[in-house]
Amino acid sequence: MEHKLIFKDYNEALLQNKLLGLKCRACGTITVPPKIACRHCTGSELEVVELKGSGKIRTFTTVNVASEGREDEVPYTIVMVELDEGPWLMGNLEGIDPQKASMELIGKYVAMGNKSYGGDKYSAGESARPVFQPVV
Amino acid sequence: MKKVAVVGVAQTKFSGPQEKTGVELFAEAATEAIEVSSLKPQDIKALFVGNALADFEEGQGMIQAYAAENIGCLYAPANRYEGACASASMAVRDAFMWVASGYYDIVLAGGVERAATMGTGLATRTFAMFSDARYEYPSGVTFPAVFAMLTYLYADTYKIPLQKLREQMARVSIQSYQHGSTNPKAQFYGKNADMTVEKVLGSFVVCTPLTLHDCCPFSDGAAAVVLASEEAAKKLTGKPVYITGTGQASCGTLSNQSDYLPRIRAREISSRQAYDMAGLKPSDIDICELHDCFSIASLIATESLGFFDFGTSGEAWERGEADIGGKIAINPSGGLKSKGHPIGATGAGQVYEVVRQLRGEVEPERQVPGAKTGMTDTLGGDGGTLVNLILERGW
Ligand SMILES: [Zn+2]
Repeated sequence: MEHKLIFKDYNEALLQNKLLGLKCRACGTITVPPKIACRHCTGSELEVVELKGSGKIRTFTTVNVASEGREDEVPYTIVMVELDEGPWLMGNLEGIDPQKASMELIGKYVAMGNKSYGGDKYSAGESARPVFQPVV
Repeated sequence: MKKVAVVGVAQTKFSGPQEKTGVELFAEAATEAIEVSSLKPQDIKALFVGNALADFEEGQGMIQAYAAENIGCLYAPANRYEGACASASMAVRDAFMWVASGYYDIVLAGGVERAATMGTGLATRTFAMFSDARYEYPSGVTFPAVFAMLTYLYADTYKIPLQKLREQMARVSIQSYQHGSTNPKAQFYGKNADMTVEKVLGSFVVCTPLTLHDCCPFSDGAAAVVLASEEAAKKLTGKPVYITGTGQASCGTLSNQSDYLPRIRAREISSRQAYDMAGLKPSDIDICELHDCFSIASLIATESLGFFDFGTSGEAWERGEADIGGKIAINPSGGLKSKGHPIGATGAGQVYEVVRQLRGEVEPERQVPGAKTGMTDTLGGDGGTLVNLILERGW
């Protein structure tokens, strides 16, 4: 069976600030990031849709200890956002001071942009990551 | 299916960086487990070795074959299991299956890791490999970051003020430090028994809100157990400990677990399998060695395992209900927090502790009086691999 959407195409779209997902014809669930089967009903009748990239912060953390090779990035804030279309998506949060991130962030409405993680010797190349900003 | 017993168990000291190689560490645990089982290496029909990261720790792939040869199990089939921090529990569960099926009568299972040897930078990088590499690692997610996010989510889901939750989490670490301080095999043996809530909350913040004392250490170490069919076990020991229930489940990308978080759905499925197979319920368990990689992980685990209601386990710790003499004795070994967490060996280390508890063989300060039924709970990655085992006294 062929994937309707693979990492390469998802990633290239994300680098253009376009968030692609898969809509299940059987149950309507949106799957993002892409998979071969619907994350809810495991059906394979999926179609590629463009998502708005906006949603609410459900949780977050500010990281002070980074992986080898990413020490220059700390401190940075990771968020999990519940997208308007339902699924949760992990990304970074910018537009706030990472040292001041608090539980007041939970529920805040954010919109998506992106940044590329250049990758390291283990990562088989670069990957885009969603970068969210508070919507004011 | 045949009944399967744990005959003998062994563990190296869990510790910081070791001078011994991974093969040497495993071999020391394995030969001791074989010896205390009144067996010889030639009696072992197959080896099941948990190991997550030897490739990065020593540049050693296929460590299980070198381990088998080292201990004199020449030409025996040897399998490696990689399920991140649950690797050794997968190995024990599969070893159980092979004996239960009747194919082998005596096998060795265990695990080894030299995570501490890697140092914090490489260890943090390689542990993050257990997160989704293409879709979540780019955001800089680390293992503590996952549980840090679950902490805020837990506070928000169950409407517990963050400060109160953090104090409850500190109680988890304090209890683990106390037990580990009296466990000679623990990384923090003789240490941190005087830990206070203030010290936990005031230590270095790794990922908000988790401090150093909320997090388990990086560890080196190995553990091994000998499993045998009921017939074989009866000839070898008067104190067989039967594995009466096992469960295992997997799931994917953390964000895709959103329907259940901060609960870990794979744990609920895995533990249900184990309970059903053993014909037991949570209240039948006397002692549980569970996966406290972070203090919040203990709270989350005890709830999904059915020991406490959702959102209430912090109070249980405050009341001593999760301690020896309470409703259920959680991590009398000191747990991952204080005993240590050599990830590929951790699950076998949990079995080591439960078996010795059921046999009444641990130090008196942390012996659970009259324990008859024990459980292990091991989590790999962001909940991607969950394994539960139930063990019962067989005499
Ligand atoms: Zn579907």
